[in-house]
Amino acid sequence: MTVEEALLFVALPYSSITLFVAGHIWRYRHDKFGWTSRSTQLLERRWLAWGSNLFHYGALAAIGGHVVGLLIPEQLTHAVGISEGAYHLFAAAAGTVAGLACIAGFVILVGRRAYFPRIRRTTTWTDVVVYLVLAGIIVLGLIETIGFNTLGTGYNYRPTVGVWFRSLLWLHPEPQLIAGAPLVYQLHATLPWILYAVWPFSRLVHAWSLPWQYLGRPYILYRRRYGLARR
Amino acid sequence: MKVRAQVGMVMNLDKCIGCHTCSVTCKQVWTNRPGTEYVWFNNVETKPGLGFPRRWEDNQTWQGGWKLDRRGRLRLRAGGQLRKLLTIFWNPDLPTIDDYYEPWTYDYHTLIDAPLSERDPVARPQSQLTGRRMDVKWGPNWDDMLAGAPETASRDPDLAGLQEQVKLTYERTFMFYLPRICEHCLNPSCVASCPSGAMYKREEDGIVLVDQEKCRGWRFCVSGCPYKKVYFNHHTGKAEKCTLCYPRIELGLPTVCSETCVGRIRYLGLVLYDADRVREAASVPDEKRLLDAQLKVFLDPADPAVQRQARADGIPDDWIEYAQRSPVYALAHRWRVALPLHPEYRTLPMVWYVPPLSPVVNAMEADGYEADPDQLFPAIDAMRIPLDYLANILAAGDREVVRLALRRLAGMRSYMRKLEVLGVRDHQAATAASLEPSEIEAMYRLLAVAKYEDRYVVPQAHSEQAQRLAELPGSCGLDFDGGPGNCGALPRPAQGLNETFMVQDRKVGGHRFVPLPVVNPGPGHGE
Ligand code: HEM
Ligand code: SF4
Ligand code: SF4
Repeated sequence: MTVEEALLFVALPYSSITLFVAGHIWRYRHDKFGWTSRSTQLLERRWLAWGSNLFHYGALAAIGGHVVGLLIPEQLTHAVGISEGAYHLFAAAAGTVAGLACIAGFVILVGRRAYFPRIRRTTTWTDVVVYLVLAGIIVLGLIETIGFNTLGTGYNYRPTVGVWFRSLLWLHPEPQLIAGAPLVYQLHATLPWILYAVWPFSRLVHAWSLPWQYLGRPYILYRRRYGLARR
Repeated sequence: MKVRAQVGMVMNLDKCIGCHTCSVTCKQVWTNRPGTEYVWFNNVETKPGLGFPRRWEDNQTWQGGWKLDRRGRLRLRAGGQLRKLLTIFWNPDLPTIDDYYEPWTYDYHTLIDAPLSERDPVARPQSQLTGRRMDVKWGPNWDDMLAGAPETASRDPDLAGLQEQVKLTYERTFMFYLPRICEHCLNPSCVASCPSGAMYKREEDGIVLVDQEKCRGWRFCVSGCPYKKVYFNHHTGKAEKCTLCYPRIELGLPTVCSETCVGRIRYLGLVLYDADRVREAASVPDEKRLLDAQLKVFLDPADPAVQRQARADGIPDDWIEYAQRSPVYALAHRWRVALPLHPEYRTLPMVWYVPPLSPVVNAMEADGYEADPDQLFPAIDAMRIPLDYLANILAAGDREVVRLALRRLAGMRSYMRKLEVLGVRDHQAATAASLEPSEIEAMYRLLAVAKYEDRYVVPQAHSEQAQRLAELPGSCGLDFDGGPGNCGALPRPAQGLNETFMVQDRKVGGHRFVPLPVVNPGPGHGE
């Protein structure tokens, strides 16, 4: 394990996770008032319709794909009878669709932010950092999915990147696994840690607030003064 | 039966002079901050006109409020819970700021900094969204007093179906003002539309609020309110709305818009209602029956059975007594001269309006009559246009309800004129208005004499109830950083005892500090 490997593939992930967890606790305790999607739909709605929907549905699908690809070991999909070829085909196809939707939406969102002075004025430096990192992640991911897997011969990342990722979770990091992967994969696996580190301090906290409790909730809520919600 | 109390409001439209004092004082107190430049918790519209935001009443477009589905069940017009979650990334029904207006200020410093020159310097308008120079093309009351009405007024949603009959030519025009705040509805669709559960109705007084700490900016309340009275603060990314000035209401004081109303058109009072029957009332199939259904949800505070249940449900005795003196209950229920704004939205709104006679009077004068009160009766019956138009606004199109209210108001005028001028009680006029002479005189005292004490019958909040706040954390309104503050007129215990709260004292004519109820966070007050 070289020093760079240790820094990039062990130290960075762990510091990032620490910041991620501590940051969220701090933010939730001290800044509930700032915890919002910071919607700009009031200021502009037409571009947002395409941008936000394409980006979010694309990104959520891509995130779902990552969960399957990174957390579920190869042996498991084999065991239930999915061949590497079938898995690869599905991942490449679904990944391409999701990735293209995501990047199209992202371009629209960023273009909109740059084009409309009203929205440019609402953009913070944290937003800029988030957009830069997101842009890097999405572009690299697309190069992998389309460049390697759809057009190219394919690279099976599951025994290398996947195992490295899970090794971090088991607290037995094996950085040498990812050090052998193509550079694009190494970069794509490194950038997200920066995203996680800024996540709790950015607007991205809104992602945790997906209000699923709304399903099945009684419509009208009553509260006593200074009290809690009741039926 | 589950008895709850609600602070309601009635506005007497005949007396509104359209001065916008209410809007300005409200803005000074509540929305004088970044992100709320375009927000008017109170605004005054000219009718016929487009309103604020433009064409807000067109809920075919904005999808606010409730509707009945094919099986007669009450549903949010914009769709149910699953649909909300699927459209959360982009709300298809949200107005944009241009539907309100682009807020602006002026570059006033040029007036001071300009070098000596032959011509006077001018301050030019500057957008508060971008900071750039702009052409002002629309504002919060752009069509005030029918300005530009030939172009805009015919697009008033309430004129639908009347267009051919209504000639908005200058001579024949009728108009009146419609001041609007949040309705603090009994069946609030804003609360129902909020996926985060950040919005709520207060059990004690029915005030509808947004919890600023729980709001996540999903902006469904904005489109869900059929009155467009929830606003999105684009600076903080959170929803805000009229609070009915609850810090004042809790002290028994009228709201700022009421207190400062030049025409003295506003009334505040309690209504006791049966919370168990709200949904049923909002689900009545025939829109024209909604008014009746809502009136049936109101409970008679003089009825001993109601009083007993109210006590059992924790309503303090003095509140029950205040409810019996409520001007809102009297105008809405006893005399039926106050009507709800757009009952067909099915939210059971609680700011009601005494319809104006002025459109009828205007129309009569345009026809060359002198507006003699005695001539009003036949005119009310003869003139369909103002009546139908008012009915579209205040009665889901039911002309008869409006006619009854107007006949009573006209009857009051001619009865009182005879009484004042000739000193006789004209029983015929009273009969025509289907009211007892004593009732007419009481109505006259409330509507025409309109003493401060009779207009605002608001009980103080109870300190025993406030003790609960000792244990329960939570944010209730607008006390965030840079917000207007006033989270509680009642102190939090951490701030110590014997706190004072500055209120304006009418009697002394200045400010006075009232001691706040002492909160003693003893053990075992938890809920
Ligand atoms: C499942 C949970 C999520 C929900 C419910 C959600 C919802 C929203 C909403 C309502 C907005 C505001 C759109 C507007 O301007 O009206 C927004 C903006 C945004 N979201 Fe999400 N989001 C989620 C997850 C994510 C994730 C996982 C990411 C990134 C990885 C993300 C990134 C963004 C960004 C960058 C914006 C700003 C868009 C812009 O105005 O330029 N969101 N989101
Ligand atoms: S009028 Fe007020 S209480 Fe009623 S739906 Fe609109 S915001 Fe909610
Ligand atoms: S202050 Fe009173 S009279 Fe003036 S516009 Fe407002 S409601 Fe009408």
